[in-house]
Amino acid sequence: MRRKLLSVMLAATMVVGLTGCGSGSKDSGSSTTSKGDSSAEGKVVNIYTWNEEFIDRYKAYAQDLEKKHGVKVQFVTVANENNAYQDNLDNALKEQASASDDEKVDVFLMEADYASKYTKSDYTLDVVNDIGLTEDDLKDQYQYTKDVVTVDGKLKAVTWQATPGMFVYRRSAAKKILGTDDPKKVQKQLSDWDKFDAVAQKAKEKGYAMLSGYDDSYRVFSSHVSAPWVGGDDGKTIIIDDNIWKWVEQTKNYTDKGYNNKTTLWSDDWSADQGPGAKVFGYFYSTWGIDFTLKNNAKGGEKFPDKVGSGDFGDFATCYGPSGFYWGGTWIAAANGTDNIPFIKDLMLRLTCDADTMKKISKDTLDFTNNQPAMEAYAKSDYKSDFLGGQNNFELYAEIAPTIDMSNISDYDQGLNEAFQNAFHDYFEGKVDKDTALQNFYKAAKEKYPSLHEPEKD
Amino acid sequence: MNENVKQSSGHLYIRRILCYAVLVIFTVLCLFPFYILFVNASRSHVEIQLGFSMIPGTSFIRNWSNVVQSQTIHIFRGLLNSVIIAGLSALLSVYFSALTAYAIHAYDFRFKNAIFNFILIIMTIPTQISALGFVDLMTSMGLKETFIPLIVPSIAAPVVFFFMKQYMESSLPLEIVEAARIDGSSEFHTFNMVVMPIMKPALAVQAIFSFVTSWNNYFTPALILTKAENKTLPLWIAYLRSADFTKFDLGQLYMMIFIAIFPVLIVYILLSKFIVQGVAMGSVKG
Amino acid sequence: MSKTTTKHKKVSYAKWGYIFLIPFFLVYAVFSFIPMITTFYYSFFERYLDGLEEIGPTFVGFDNYITLFQNPDLLKYAANTVIMWVLGFLPQIIISLLFAAWFTNNRLKLKSGFFKIVIYMPNLIMASAFSMLFFALFANAGPINNILLKLGIIKESYHFLNTTAGTRGIVALMNFLMWFGNTTILLMSGMMGIDPALFEAAEVDGATPFQVFSRITMPLLKPIFVYVLVTSLIGGLQMFDVPQILTNGKGTPNRTSMTLIMYLNNHLFSENYGMAGAISVLLFIVTSLLSLFVFKSLMAQRK
Repeated sequence: MRRKLLSVMLAATMVVGLTGCGSGSKDSGSSTTSKGDSSAEGKVVNIYTWNEEFIDRYKAYAQDLEKKHGVKVQFVTVANENNAYQDNLDNALKEQASASDDEKVDVFLMEADYASKYTKSDYTLDVVNDIGLTEDDLKDQYQYTKDVVTVDGKLKAVTWQATPGMFVYRRSAAKKILGTDDPKKVQKQLSDWDKFDAVAQKAKEKGYAMLSGYDDSYRVFSSHVSAPWVGGDDGKTIIIDDNIWKWVEQTKNYTDKGYNNKTTLWSDDWSADQGPGAKVFGYFYSTWGIDFTLKNNAKGGEKFPDKVGSGDFGDFATCYGPSGFYWGGTWIAAANGTDNIPFIKDLMLRLTCDADTMKKISKDTLDFTNNQPAMEAYAKSDYKSDFLGGQNNFELYAEIAPTIDMSNISDYDQGLNEAFQNAFHDYFEGKVDKDTALQNFYKAAKEKYPSLHEPEKD
Repeated sequence: MNENVKQSSGHLYIRRILCYAVLVIFTVLCLFPFYILFVNASRSHVEIQLGFSMIPGTSFIRNWSNVVQSQTIHIFRGLLNSVIIAGLSALLSVYFSALTAYAIHAYDFRFKNAIFNFILIIMTIPTQISALGFVDLMTSMGLKETFIPLIVPSIAAPVVFFFMKQYMESSLPLEIVEAARIDGSSEFHTFNMVVMPIMKPALAVQAIFSFVTSWNNYFTPALILTKAENKTLPLWIAYLRSADFTKFDLGQLYMMIFIAIFPVLIVYILLSKFIVQGVAMGSVKG
Repeated sequence: MSKTTTKHKKVSYAKWGYIFLIPFFLVYAVFSFIPMITTFYYSFFERYLDGLEEIGPTFVGFDNYITLFQNPDLLKYAANTVIMWVLGFLPQIIISLLFAAWFTNNRLKLKSGFFKIVIYMPNLIMASAFSMLFFALFANAGPINNILLKLGIIKESYHFLNTTAGTRGIVALMNFLMWFGNTTILLMSGMMGIDPALFEAAEVDGATPFQVFSRITMPLLKPIFVYVLVTSLIGGLQMFDVPQILTNGKGTPNRTSMTLIMYLNNHLFSENYGMAGAISVLLFIVTSLLSLFVFKSLMAQRK
C-alpha cells in the first residue's frame, strides 16, 4: 500500500538518508542514519546487531514502545564477516564509560556460540535484578534458554525463540528406501546411529545420498559433547570431545562409502541438494531452517507459490532422528551503562514473555517462540504444515525443546566449531591424513585464540 | 618492388585478422564477469543457489527494490560516501604524487637519492602490516567514523609517486622547466601550469587506478567506519554477504555489486577516452 | 626579481625540492610511519584479546620472533604466495607485451580503441565480487564442471577448490584477468613514448619484428617495465583478498593457498599485536629487500 508509493518516490528522488521511510506516523525512527534530533540526551536507544532478524521482529511487534517511552531506537548493524560485529561491539562496550548518553550501547544481540563471552562479563546487566523482569514473567521460557545465559545465578539475557533441531526427510525417498513415509515408522528405523548407518546403505543402493555433505550432522554430535571445547587444569586447553570425533568418523565413513555428496554447509551445491528432485534422503535442520531455507530451496525459488506442485513442496516430513539437538538462537542483552532501562524492560517483556505477542510471531513467521505453554498448545492444535505433507511440526519442536542442554558451551565455540569443520574437510576430501587435519585445526585455533593451547602430548 | 608491397600487405591482412581474433576472445573473457553479474542481479536468491544460468531471470526489479527500499542498507548514502572518498582520494593522490615526483625529478638537493630510495622502500610495505597501529592512532586522534583517515593518506601514495617519476623521466624534459623560469614563472606556478598539462596522460591513468582502488577498498574502511550513515559500498556488500540465513539474499547481493560497479564503469569509460587520446598526444610531444 | 641568475640556479631552487616534499612526508609520517612504528614496537610485546579481556602488553623480547621462526609453515606461506604470483604474472606479462605491441604498431593499424577500454574492465570489479563469481563458476556442480562433464573430459565433477592445483590455478587466473589490462595500458603508454623514427629506421634496415621488439622496444621500455615488474611483485607479495574470499580465509586445502598477508590477517582476529607485529616486521624486510634488489639490478643494466 503506502510502501509501494514510498518506494517509487524513493527511487525517483534518490534521497540520501532514508529517514522517515516506514509505516504510519511521522518518524518511525527506524532509520539508522538519522542523527539524534534535538531530543534530550539519553533518549536514543542504540541496539547493536549483525543482521535484520531482530530488526524485523522489533518493527513488527515492539516499535510502539518507542512512543510510550519517548525514545528513539537506532540500530547499529555491523556484518559478522571476519568477526567484525564482535570487534565493533567490544570497542563500543569498552568506551561505554566515556561515551555520551546518546552514543552508549543500550542493547545488543548475541548468538549462543559466543554469548558466554559477554554473559560472564560485567558488560551485561542482570535481567532480574537490574532490569526488573520477575521470575513470574520468565516462567514460561524454556529452561535451557535461560540456563545458557545464566552466570552465578544471574540471568544476563533473554531470547524470543527456541531452536530445537531434527531430521527432515523426503517422503518420496522414504517410500522408495524404507517402504513408508510415515514419520513414526521412519523414526523407528532411524532411532540410533547404527540404524541410521544401515539406512544410509539402503539409500545408496536406491541411488540416494543419505546426507548432503560433511557438515550436516556436525551440530547433532556437537550438541551432546560431555565437556566444553576448552578446559583442562589451566582452563585454556582445547579438548576435543568423543562426540566430535564420532562426527569425524561417521563423516569420513559416509564420504568414502558415497553416502553423501561431499558438499559443505551453505554452499551452492549444498542448497542444490535441497532443490527439486535432488537425490538426497534428508537433512538435519533446526526450527528456523525449515521454513526459510529448505522450503524455498525445495520449491526451486521464492517466487513459486507455497503449494504442492511447486518443485518438491509437500514432499517432506520431520522426525526426531538418532538424537535431538539444537542449532542457533539469538539472545537480547542489556548493556551495562544504559540509561533506558524502562524501555529495555518493556522490550524484553514484549518479545520474550508476552504470550500473545509470541503466539503471533509463531503464527506470522512460523518461528518457534520461547514460550513453553503457548508452543505446547500449538503442538496440540490442528495446525498442519502443507510443506511437510500435513504434519504438525510444532509437535516435534515442542517435544525436543525441553530436552536441550546447552551447559557445555564455551566462549570459543564459534571460532573452534568453524575451525574444526574446516580443518577436517581436507581429511574427508582425502587431501590430508587425520593427524595433519588435527594439526591444522590447532594452528587455526591458536591463531584465533592465542591464549589457548593443545593438550600436552604424553 | 610493387610485388613486395602487395605481399607484405597481404601478410599484414592475415596478421590483423589473427590479432582481432585473439582480441575478441579476450574481450569475451573480460566482459563475461559483467554479464554474469547482470544475470545474477536479475535472478532470485534460490535460483542463483540452485544453479548457474546464462539467461537473465525475472527478479531484476524485485532485487532492485529490495536493495533500494531496505531500511538497513543506505544504498544512496553509501554511493555518495564512496564517491566522496574515492573522488577526493584520486584527486589528492595524483596531484601530490606528481608534486612529490617533480621535487625529486626537477631539483637537485642533498639527500635526494636517499629520499628517493626511502620512498621506494616504503612503497613495498603492505597496508595490512600497520593496521593495528593505524586504528589505535585514529581512535586516539578522534578520527574514527570520519573520512579523513581514508582520504588524506592518499597524499602519500608511493606507488603513484613512482609512476609519476618514471613518466617524468621519459616525458618531461627539464628544458621546458628552464624555459618557464626564464619567462619569470614561479616554481609553484610552473608546476601547476606547465608541468601538470604535460603530465595529463599519466594523471588520467593514475586517477582511474586510484579511484578504483579506493572505491573497491574494504580493508581500511572496515577498520574506521561502522555507523550506517558512514558506510561505503564495499562495507554494505560485506554486510549482505554475512547476512544470516533468513535474510541472506544472493539476488540482493548481486544487485548491490551491480550498483557498486556501475558508477566506476561510467567514470572509467568517460576517463578512458581521455586516456587513449592523452597517451597519443603525450607520445607526439614526447 | 633579477636575482635569478643562471649561476646560482641550483642553490636557489633546491629549497623548492624540499618544500614540494613536505605534504608527502607530513602525511606519511602521521598516517603510515607512526602506525608502523607502533606496530613494530609491539612485536616485542605480548598483547592480545582473550574474549573481552586484554592480555598484556608485557615485554617479551624476541619471543614472538622465536615463535614465528619455529613455525615451519612460514616458508610454506611465502612459497604459496610466490607460486601464485608467478602463475598469474607470467601469462600476464606475455599477453600484455603482445597487446601493447599490437596496439602501438603503426603498420598493423588495429582499431583498438574498444579493446583498450575493455581489457582493463575486470579490474573495476572488486576482488570480493570477482571471487564470488569464480567460486560459483568452479563450484562442484558449477558450469565449468558441467561443461567438462558434458564434453566427456572428466567422469565425475572435479573439486577445483579442494585441490591445491585447482585453487592456486583459479587464484592465478583471476589475478591475470584482473591485472593484464592494467599492465597493457602501462606498457602501451611506455611504448607510445618511443620515437616512431626509430622504428622506421629499423624497418629500413630490414629488422624483423622480433629484432625491433628486443633491440628497440624493450630497452626503451625499461623504466615502465621496471615499474610494472616491481609493482606487480609488491602486489603479489601482498596478495590477500582473492585467495581470502575464494577460500573463506582458510587457504584450503591444507593451507596451500594461504598467503603471507592472509597469515597476518589471521592474527588480527584476536588483535594479537605481538605476533602480527613480528610478521609485519618480517614482511617489511623481505618485501623491501626483494624490491630493491629487482629495481637496482634492472636499473643497473640500463647504463
